Amino acid sequence: MKIPYYPGCTLNTVAKPFDESAKASAITLGFELEELSEWNCCGAGFPLTNDNIMGLAAPTKVLANARAAGETVTTLCSVCYNVLKRTNKALNDDKERKATINEFMELEYDGSLNIVHYLEILRDTVGFDKVKEAVKRPLTGIKVGAYYGCMLLRPGGEVGIDNAEAPTIIEDLLSALGCEPVDFPDKIECCGAHLAMGKTDVVERLSGKIMTSAIESGAEVIVTSCPLCQYNLDKSQEKIKSSDAGFKTVPVVYFTQLLGLALGQSEDETSLKDNQWDIRPLLAERGV
Amino acid sequence: MPRIGVFVCQCGNNIESTVDTQKVADELKEMPGVAYTCSYKFMCSSPGQEMFKNAIKDNDLDGVIVSACSPHMHEKTFRKASEAAGLNPYKCEVANIREQCSWVHHDETKKVGTVKSLDLTRMMLERLKRNKPLKATSIPVTKKALVIGGGISGIQAALDIADGGVEVVLVEREPSIGGNMARLSETFPTMDCSQCILTPKMVEADLHENIKILTYAEVEKVDGYIGNFTITINKKAKYVDESTCTGCGECWEKCPFKADSEFELGLNKRKVIYTPFPQSVPNIPVIDAPKCPKIQKDKCGLCAKVCGPGSIDFTQKDEIVTEHVGAIIVATGFELMPNEHFGEYGYGKIKDVVSGLQFERLASSSGPTGGKIERPSDGKTPESIVFIQCAGSRDEAKGVSYCSKICCMYTAKHTMLYKHKVHEGKSYVFYMDIRAGGKRYEEFVRKAIEDDGAMYLRGRVSRVYEKNGKIMVQGVDTLSNGQQVEIEADMVVLATALISRKGADSFAQKLGIGYDKDKFYSEYHPKLKPVETVTAGIYLSGTCVGPMDIPESVSMGSAAASKALGLFSSDKMAREPITADVNKTTCNACWDCVTACPYTAIAKTEVKDREGNIVQMLAEVNVGLCQGCGVCVAACRSKSIDLAGYTDEQVYAAINAF
Repeated sequence: MKIPYYPGCTLNTVAKPFDESAKASAITLGFELEELSEWNCCGAGFPLTNDNIMGLAAPTKVLANARAAGETVTTLCSVCYNVLKRTNKALNDDKERKATINEFMELEYDGSLNIVHYLEILRDTVGFDKVKEAVKRPLTGIKVGAYYGCMLLRPGGEVGIDNAEAPTIIEDLLSALGCEPVDFPDKIECCGAHLAMGKTDVVERLSGKIMTSAIESGAEVIVTSCPLCQYNLDKSQEKIKSSDAGFKTVPVVYFTQLLGLALGQSEDETSLKDNQWDIRPLLAERGV
Repeated sequence: MPRIGVFVCQCGNNIESTVDTQKVADELKEMPGVAYTCSYKFMCSSPGQEMFKNAIKDNDLDGVIVSACSPHMHEKTFRKASEAAGLNPYKCEVANIREQCSWVHHDETKKVGTVKSLDLTRMMLERLKRNKPLKATSIPVTKKALVIGGGISGIQAALDIADGGVEVVLVEREPSIGGNMARLSETFPTMDCSQCILTPKMVEADLHENIKILTYAEVEKVDGYIGNFTITINKKAKYVDESTCTGCGECWEKCPFKADSEFELGLNKRKVIYTPFPQSVPNIPVIDAPKCPKIQKDKCGLCAKVCGPGSIDFTQKDEIVTEHVGAIIVATGFELMPNEHFGEYGYGKIKDVVSGLQFERLASSSGPTGGKIERPSDGKTPESIVFIQCAGSRDEAKGVSYCSKICCMYTAKHTMLYKHKVHEGKSYVFYMDIRAGGKRYEEFVRKAIEDDGAMYLRGRVSRVYEKNGKIMVQGVDTLSNGQQVEIEADMVVLATALISRKGADSFAQKLGIGYDKDKFYSEYHPKLKPVETVTAGIYLSGTCVGPMDIPESVSMGSAAASKALGLFSSDKMAREPITADVNKTTCNACWDCVTACPYTAIAKTEVKDREGNIVQMLAEVNVGLCQGCGVCVAACRSKSIDLAGYTDEQVYAAINAF
């Protein structure tokens, strides 16, 4: 089964480990991510005003190209998923807007694309029980905090991958991989997002709070599905450590890296060395 | 030639300031068929009506037009006066020259208003010339009422009707009447114990010779019309013979199996054979069949062995009973918004996050803790409680758009109950606004704040989570510069939104009454007909209409009862003769009218010859149900239906006169 795949800019560059481990895991689980032959940036932010038609131009073009490739498109990056899904809804909710943007972009996109996150494929198409059966290297006893952030979940009514206030989809996957999911209160808080470009102090404060909350709840590893969250959590640890001697660093990896590892990919294949805070000593210590 | 009189009302200056009423009268005088006209200051006044009656008699009028305010205001007045003067009341018509004429035209030269008044009156004249004298029909009334729902509102309605000497069937789906009020601890703002004031009424209803209570029963079907309803009720099997059971309690004492108590909202267990609470009315237990091993697997049967009168009957089946009643009072009550809505408040995940109704049980002396405030997780007395108001209410994005109305008051009450029981306890209340509109309500909330030290924080809560055995409540205090606050609490109480009962919409369809977007039942008129529905003979009472407190529910119960008693005050009920009539020769039985009728007043009837062969199918209007709305007239493709008083002939004549 081939599923049209929209990687988005980050997955092709700094989040390469996310992309590669997901593709390899898909093959093991019986499907294939087929990258769209033509795609562009999603815009990396859904316009929050109703009259911002320009903000919908880039994602609509992505949707139109994806629709040409099939009825469904999948993506991994939380931001891309959020922007594409909300754009599609915005177009379907307002026919006039859809007509305007199609005319302006010289497209003929009808709004009928089905946008699913990779996690949804694992849950709804493959099934977490099938994932569990495919596990070759169970990550037994590794305590993992699933960090969702905002983009994968909100707004609840529009994105709808799971309960926006009390999600469990990543934890359910982690359980299938043999890990011990750790619930922590800040798992759906914001990491600071694009403030990484100017106000790193805010990012450090917000990301620090999330990581502390996870660590205090017992997490040894944090997983995410958002390259920006991964970046913010990864990068702010050095600074936090310098100002707070008690802060214990924590590896922050993509959920697909653990998935790949559990499905039998090597530590090199899952690019574990690329993460700033190495998870490998923990794996070695636990003998998994 | 008809002899019609036209009376143009000046309505003080209401009409006269923009309409030359004398000119209207003078010009109408010249119209063929008009025998008398006049302009008068206040037609609705006593001297006005006297003049009106005399003019009819003196001039031998056979039809009258009053050009005045909307017929909604005084049509009845003038029709009555016409009748007193010996005229058929339906030969009296009102032309409205006030609401959509004099009030909306501000032309001081009176030109526009006068022309329009003339048009309106002339149109009415042409219509009136074609009016047939109509006679009010009358239908027999079954003097018996059905009350659906045995909460406080339904109980009150039943008692009032029964005290008026009319029989009542009170249907309740739970094993006992009492409703949600039976769950409450104390009631605001007087703090009297809920059960102490409710149970006497429950017993009174039980003992009343005019009240028949059917518990564990649901209304399945409603047929008929005002004065003549046929109700099909499903009495679920209780597996207990009600006629012999003494309510001694031996069976539920000895029953070895337990299940979650619905009455205690999951805070406690009950036996599999049970009454919901000690003061249940009737005090007769029911067996929870799906959980009873005797019924499921033929094992146990202990209750039957210990039952002295031998009342246990495992073979009992659901029973369908039919009742004939003249009026129905719907008092089906409310529910709380399901817990799953509140992921951010940890509901379902954190044991010590409870709903307001659960807190009532914890504070109730008959509750699972005997009235001691103890947290559900470990039974410890909480040192601090956070109350979150508007959990789901006034939240269009995630909950309901409306205000649940009673939460501000019961939350204030909760803080007091907590303080009175746990003196050292600290309560925090997150609120949006305090809505304490009601007699002694504002004072009550001030008392909670000032005397009992409840800390009110104006702001919303974003998240509730557990940390080191404490419940952390993150929120904002908007009255101190939007400062973010985090409170460590032992317990959290959510003032969850009141919502309509599950299945309220399909039940409304069964009854043929309206409901709003939130599936609360719609009044005929929200201000002037607050207990009536669009279906004559069906009245509303209590929280099935929308959130309300106990005094309101009780008042509404009494109001609905008085409406029913009014209906029962005579053996026959007069009906407006403005009903639809089918022309039997042209009806081609397409049944469009049957589909269109909102009151199910049109039936398919068969015309048979002497041998009993069907020779024709016809639509037939049941005048008892017909409300004269005219939808069928518009829907009829063969123009075979006319509305008495509004026939096509009359309407076209009026239009042509314009």
